[in-house]
Amino acid sequence: MKLKIEAIATLTPGIRKFTLAPVDGSPLPHAGAGSHVVLEIPGPSRIWKNAYSITSAADAPAYEIMVRRVEKSRGGSAWLHDHAKLGDVLEVYPPQNLFAPQRLAKRHLLLSAGIGITPFLSYVRLAGLAYEFHHCCKPEDEAAFRALLPSGPQMTLHTSRHTLNLEALLKSQPLGTHLSVCGPESFMDMVLATAAHAGWPAAKVHKESFGGATGGEPFVAHMKRSGVTVTVGREESLLDAMEAAGLAPPCLCRGGACGECKLTVLEGVPDHHDHYLSEIEHAANDAVMTCVSRAKTPELVLDF
Amino acid sequence: MKLSLKPQETYRDDYTFSNSDEAILRFPFPFPEDGYMYSVNMEPHVRGGATPVYDKVFDVDEHYIGDMADRAITLDQDPLRCQVLPHMETAEWDTLELLMESLANDYPEHFSLTKNGDKWHWINRPLEIDQTFTFGRKETLPYDPFEYITRQMQGDFSLQDQRDNNLYMDGGMVTSQADWSLNFDVGMSFHEWHGPVPLAHQAGVFDRALQYLLRLQYGKPVRRLNWTMTANPRLDTSPENYPLWGPEKAAITPENVGHRMCLRVELQTLHRLPRSNAILFSIRGYLIRLEELVKVKKWAVRMHRVIRDLHPQIAEYKGLPRYRQYVVDYFAPFDDGRTLNSGIAAEQDSI
Ligand code: HEM
Ligand code: FES
Repeated sequence: MKLKIEAIATLTPGIRKFTLAPVDGSPLPHAGAGSHVVLEIPGPSRIWKNAYSITSAADAPAYEIMVRRVEKSRGGSAWLHDHAKLGDVLEVYPPQNLFAPQRLAKRHLLLSAGIGITPFLSYVRLAGLAYEFHHCCKPEDEAAFRALLPSGPQMTLHTSRHTLNLEALLKSQPLGTHLSVCGPESFMDMVLATAAHAGWPAAKVHKESFGGATGGEPFVAHMKRSGVTVTVGREESLLDAMEAAGLAPPCLCRGGACGECKLTVLEGVPDHHDHYLSEIEHAANDAVMTCVSRAKTPELVLDF
Repeated sequence: MKLSLKPQETYRDDYTFSNSDEAILRFPFPFPEDGYMYSVNMEPHVRGGATPVYDKVFDVDEHYIGDMADRAITLDQDPLRCQVLPHMETAEWDTLELLMESLANDYPEHFSLTKNGDKWHWINRPLEIDQTFTFGRKETLPYDPFEYITRQMQGDFSLQDQRDNNLYMDGGMVTSQADWSLNFDVGMSFHEWHGPVPLAHQAGVFDRALQYLLRLQYGKPVRRLNWTMTANPRLDTSPENYPLWGPEKAAITPENVGHRMCLRVELQTLHRLPRSNAILFSIRGYLIRLEELVKVKKWAVRMHRVIRDLHPQIAEYKGLPRYRQYVVDYFAPFDDGRTLNSGIAAEQDSI
């Protein structure tokens, strides 16, 4: 869908907030707490696809996202910081949710650092959510984050690692608490390691993820029998590419489960992402499920 | 094509239910091939496709009024047919919105929804309902939101919470089930509630289906067809009411099998719900008497082959053994040995 940048605000020198509204005023798909959207961001040589948590409410007329300028940026965040302007129209994929709050949790312990605050801004908006929230940031960003966060005894902002005693915090949680963590990888790794050490069961620990195993490096597939060669782009599946080339390969579920789309691999090594083939079949590398799997070699030759 | 609704039919006692010729031709015949085995037979639920019942997000047909009246009777007798666990309240509102929007969008002559902020106005003309309410405030509706809307949509529904890499059946409206019980299954996980199904566990069908569903995306519903057979066009074949329908099964004879016996097909669609991240499972059932089914030549021939060759454990699970031979004998005269095209299309325009 096409969304236009309706507002831009600078929250800290490194973080900007964007409001994205439908071009034609039509209602947006709802973005439940924990959802993210993927934006297509124009770059000089290619289009970047970046995922951002939605911080606005599920029924809001526009999506709000926050973008941190990534040092040595791959491109997307730099463009949003340096070039994006009001009225720019971006291609945005409908929201998906891989970090929804656990509805059965009696209590939530939310831990975030820096830009990792974003999914929790939608969590704390949920009516009746029982939570304890600790957010860590640089001292110079304190005022900006405080303005975003709720106030009250359940909320603590840390500007120094020393005021957050992770070990004690994780050991003192009442039974039935779920831990959710979001922030830089190093921060999440540290929290997860501490939680594991403190005896937290994996089912009660949740880490932000944007998933997105669909795309990957482009590769070429030759169809031996039909004599057709297709180039599979970064964001499309082998199945999509074959269909776009006018072929009609078998398929049903388009999600790696039904087994319909299996093709024999004559040359090259597939990169398996399906749930259909067994481990042994995966290791044999002589079949590929075209709807989700890709290639480890630059080229595949398929019996089709 | 404009949808016209029949006056109320019955699904119990005198069983006045029958299909018009149009309804027969649009029946979702479940067998694309001459044989049947469990598989992960799932595909994106996009409009159009092998049968007209795929044309709408939620299909309404000529039996709507009778279906809803029968649901009301069953709920009256057994309120536990509708249960939703407390943590699914957001999913209830998600369901209400999805159903109201889909119905109003797909059948504007019968349903309408007007939203003014959280003040909503819902009109259901066939059931003569005109309701204004506040979205998110259940005290403004005569029932809880999930029950309210599923009393107005054909087919059963269940609500699945996703957690611990699994799905849990944490709510539902189930009044037209093929011999399973919501009251028994509520709170169970995907593999637990599928426990009684033979063969499919060993074949890895449920492991794969679960992985597929865990990745189900908002705005990209999926579907599959499932089937069984029922003696008389009865919607409520629940374990609780077995004493009512068990004897009707036993009363099937070679003479009455064509009229009484029904093929029962479920169009199952699965929808990721946006606010709650839960999954709505819709089990939209269709019944057809065998004497109606044989009006489509291809289906009559294929039915003969499928039922004749059905794996005994699947036949047993579906409760067929008692009358399976009568069904095979009923269809046998139609099967002249011809080769049939694969696919479920009727391949005829009229009856
Ligand atoms: C969340 C979604 C689903 C729900 C709530 C659900 C529920 C059920 C229930 C209650 C039964 C009856 C079990 C019994 O005998 O007590 C059943 C049967 C079955 N289910 Fe599912 N199911 C779901 C998804 C699926 C999917 C995705 C598949 C894909 C292959 C599947 C395949 C089957 C099969 C093959 C049977 C046996 C049906 C028969 O032979 O009549 N189910 N399901
Ligand atoms: S289409 Fe089902 S596994 Fe690929």
